[in-house]
Amino acid sequence: MTGGSNVTPALAAEHGLSAEEFDRAIAILGRTPNLTELGIFSAMWSEHCSYKSSKVWLKTLPTTGPRVICGPGENAGIVDIGDGEAVIFKIESHNHPSFIEPYQGAATGVGGILRDVFTMGARPIAMLNSLRFGSPDHPKTRHLLGGVVAGIGGYGNCVGVPTVGGECQFHPAYNGNILVNAMCVGLARADRIFYSAAAGPGNLVIYVGAKTGRDGIHGATMASAEFGADAGEMRPTVQVGDPFTEKLLIEACLELMETDAIVAIQDMGAAGLTSSAVEMAGKGGLGIELHLDRVPVREAGMTPYEIMLSESQERMLMILAPGSEDLARRVFEKWELDFAVIGRVTETGRLVLRMHGETAAEIPVGPLVTEAPLYQRPYTRRGPLPDIDPAALADRDPLDCLRRLMACPDLASKRWIWEQYDHLVQGNTVKRPGGDAAVIRVSDSGKALAVKTDATPRYCRADPERGGMQAVAESWRNLTAVGALPLALTDNMNFGNPEKPEIMGEFVGVIEGMRQACLALDYPVVSGNVSLYNETSGSAILPTPVIGGVGLIADAAKAIDLALKRDGDALILIGDTLGHLGASLYLREIETREDGPPPPVDLAAEKCHGDFLRGLIEQRLVAACHDVSDGGLLVAIAEMAMAGSRGVALDPAPSALPRNAWWFGEDQARYLVETDDPDRLLTLAQQAGVPARRIGTVRSDGSAAELTLSGAGAISVTELRAANEAWLPGYMAQG
Amino acid sequence: MKAAIVIFPGSNREHDVAMALKRVTGQEPVRVWHRDGSLPDADLIVLPGGFAYGDYLRCGAMAAHSPIMRDVRARAERGTPVLGICNGFQVLTEAGMLPGALLPNRSLAFTCKDVHLRVETNQTIFTCGYAAGQTIRVPVAHHDGGYTADPDTLDWLEQRGLVAFRYCSASGQLSDDDNFNGSARAIAGVFNETRTVLGLMPHPENATDPLLGGTDGQAFFTGLIGALQ
Repeated sequence: MTGGSNVTPALAAEHGLSAEEFDRAIAILGRTPNLTELGIFSAMWSEHCSYKSSKVWLKTLPTTGPRVICGPGENAGIVDIGDGEAVIFKIESHNHPSFIEPYQGAATGVGGILRDVFTMGARPIAMLNSLRFGSPDHPKTRHLLGGVVAGIGGYGNCVGVPTVGGECQFHPAYNGNILVNAMCVGLARADRIFYSAAAGPGNLVIYVGAKTGRDGIHGATMASAEFGADAGEMRPTVQVGDPFTEKLLIEACLELMETDAIVAIQDMGAAGLTSSAVEMAGKGGLGIELHLDRVPVREAGMTPYEIMLSESQERMLMILAPGSEDLARRVFEKWELDFAVIGRVTETGRLVLRMHGETAAEIPVGPLVTEAPLYQRPYTRRGPLPDIDPAALADRDPLDCLRRLMACPDLASKRWIWEQYDHLVQGNTVKRPGGDAAVIRVSDSGKALAVKTDATPRYCRADPERGGMQAVAESWRNLTAVGALPLALTDNMNFGNPEKPEIMGEFVGVIEGMRQACLALDYPVVSGNVSLYNETSGSAILPTPVIGGVGLIADAAKAIDLALKRDGDALILIGDTLGHLGASLYLREIETREDGPPPPVDLAAEKCHGDFLRGLIEQRLVAACHDVSDGGLLVAIAEMAMAGSRGVALDPAPSALPRNAWWFGEDQARYLVETDDPDRLLTLAQQAGVPARRIGTVRSDGSAAELTLSGAGAISVTELRAANEAWLPGYMAQG
Repeated sequence: MKAAIVIFPGSNREHDVAMALKRVTGQEPVRVWHRDGSLPDADLIVLPGGFAYGDYLRCGAMAAHSPIMRDVRARAERGTPVLGICNGFQVLTEAGMLPGALLPNRSLAFTCKDVHLRVETNQTIFTCGYAAGQTIRVPVAHHDGGYTADPDTLDWLEQRGLVAFRYCSASGQLSDDDNFNGSARAIAGVFNETRTVLGLMPHPENATDPLLGGTDGQAFFTGLIGALQ
């Protein structure tokens, strides 16, 4: 064993280990770690790998349900969708790398989440991404947005997985820390799912995929620290992606998974070979011995430290059943990928690394995993903010406000982004990007999955608990609005520095809100990712819990969208409108104020209204549907009108409310539905105890289609579309 | 009717075109790995969309030198119809089996959306399911689809009636806006001299199912299969 004489507490601190954590590592080893061992402790105990600040709170989330096959803790969550099929999905962040190098940061984020899903035996069938950038006026925003979108497209298009949805918002709080969260959804046979727990002492440990280089060393540690002004100097810690190799890796792994050769498999993600080997050994309660000189490397002279901490992309670690080596080798050679036997499973319970005949590291795996630090960080919770009285705001022309809102960066069409993504490959895209949720057909049986990502960070900043609740509710609502039964979600918790009590308070509050909503809506969390330390020079992002939801539609032909379909149909509003303007887009974009509390979330009403609506869609009583969220009622109506190129004659706002509270309030649990049988629908609503009222009639005159507001004029759908479509391409063209 | 789909490392729309063919023929096409020395007996050879060899070097450049391409060329010379879609079109131009080349889109960005195409001739096995001059709506999904050739070649293509499709408006008019990728003379697809080899950038295979937003690509496959039977 090479000694650790040069490993000092100061070097440990540079690796992100606190003094107590370093002492704990020494106690586990019974000696001072050498440099390689220090690197392994540092990576495994980083926030990114250990969830040391978040774990105690994440455990409070509901993670089980009758359909859940596998909850958090594996590479991705698994949910039964019947007929012997399972959906496997997860969301993951690549925030820090994407800020430093947007193209590669985003591209490798896509690659990483794909591997998490196909590692488990699923063919990836859909990708989504949730993006947040700084103010459009910030000098870096255009460059970052362009690079991230090109990176996501460059990788996702090449691997042949459709990118079908997502979101993109802007706020100055993200000026120094953009968010790039990518979600992957895969389809597997429920009886052929692959896990990562090592088994069978003596079995071979196989390295497959791309070669190991010096890129991305200590990426996990970088993702666990704040940025200073010198963030650009961290560029060498960003990995470089090769989607072509990934595509070959997908096909090779899925081909081998058709056989019984694989005992366990794990992708090399954050902390590379270190975390994959430790997790496989740890979950199996076994040891692993690796010969690092057998690892395929890209450059000569790499040290054990570098090999273990490299985050080179497109690599997997597998444990093979006895006698399967030749079969596995043939598959990987067919796909022209590296295949190397690098070690064996052992009974020692230790991770042993050898290089050139010498022992480079030896760590007991159990303590490395189970004695990882866990923090109950102190937190402070804020009190509720005072309400906004809509009557105290100026009375403004609603159509003028609508025109401005439709062109604001958050509501402007994101077509410029999603047209750069292949959203049709694989030939199963039933509902394309731009609606409440995308819909992907899963098999010839006619089933489909609805998928969507959602978060409303401004609500979470104003009231974390309510914001967390709303994020889950909106996700559930978006899936419901296309006719799907929400199954389960994956969450990406993006926050600032958890060592600050007010940030930790945001985290705790958001989790509590999510917990309540998940329970009330039967909508468990099956996988997720936490990204903390999203701060630059002490300034934190808005608390951003991104919810990636997956829902099931029994008959894909019954999926609906938001486009208005027929002249003469009635437009019905489901849900109560109290005119809540606190923390609304109206307040921010029109009144240039960001104060007030977010709208209350009545979870019982959410469940009741959503279940009622799903029944209507199932009975084919609904021609089009849209959830009412950002921007409120009039924005939702405009989006339906633009999608269907039809106008709507709207009834007057009720006199009990200031008119813009009616048109732009962001009350929750609401949907707009188009129907040709309003009497029946309203009767059914009354019987179900669901508030519903007719608010207008679909009316079009071809290109002259317009929204008419009784007593407040009209605006043409063409003009609305022009305002809505122009902003993003115009903004990007200024670069 | 037997169809063979050639799979290169990086092909990714083989499943889409296989489904479109199966819907018409009721049979699963044969998939042929690029390193296989020769093709099985087939009435139609398809080079599908994707990113063969990652599109590294140049789109289609490496696939054009793949072992299987010798047999593809030989079969084409003997009259077996060859269809190259998107990346397959790029491979066919790189292999010299179709004239011209595909440049990056005018926007320099990947573009995935529905476009309108004008069917320039229906006197071919590939387009006989359409009326000449008919406008159809099918998706595109590519980064390098700007068709280019020298002016003499373009004139030759036009004179011989070897232009298969052009980008147009919903009403069939040609305009700069509708020619979104900047192709020479708005060309979206071309035939070889015998009209038995077709390369096109758009994806008729992704417009063959009413559930997926359009069926204008169906006549492409029913016409083609009908002509081959």
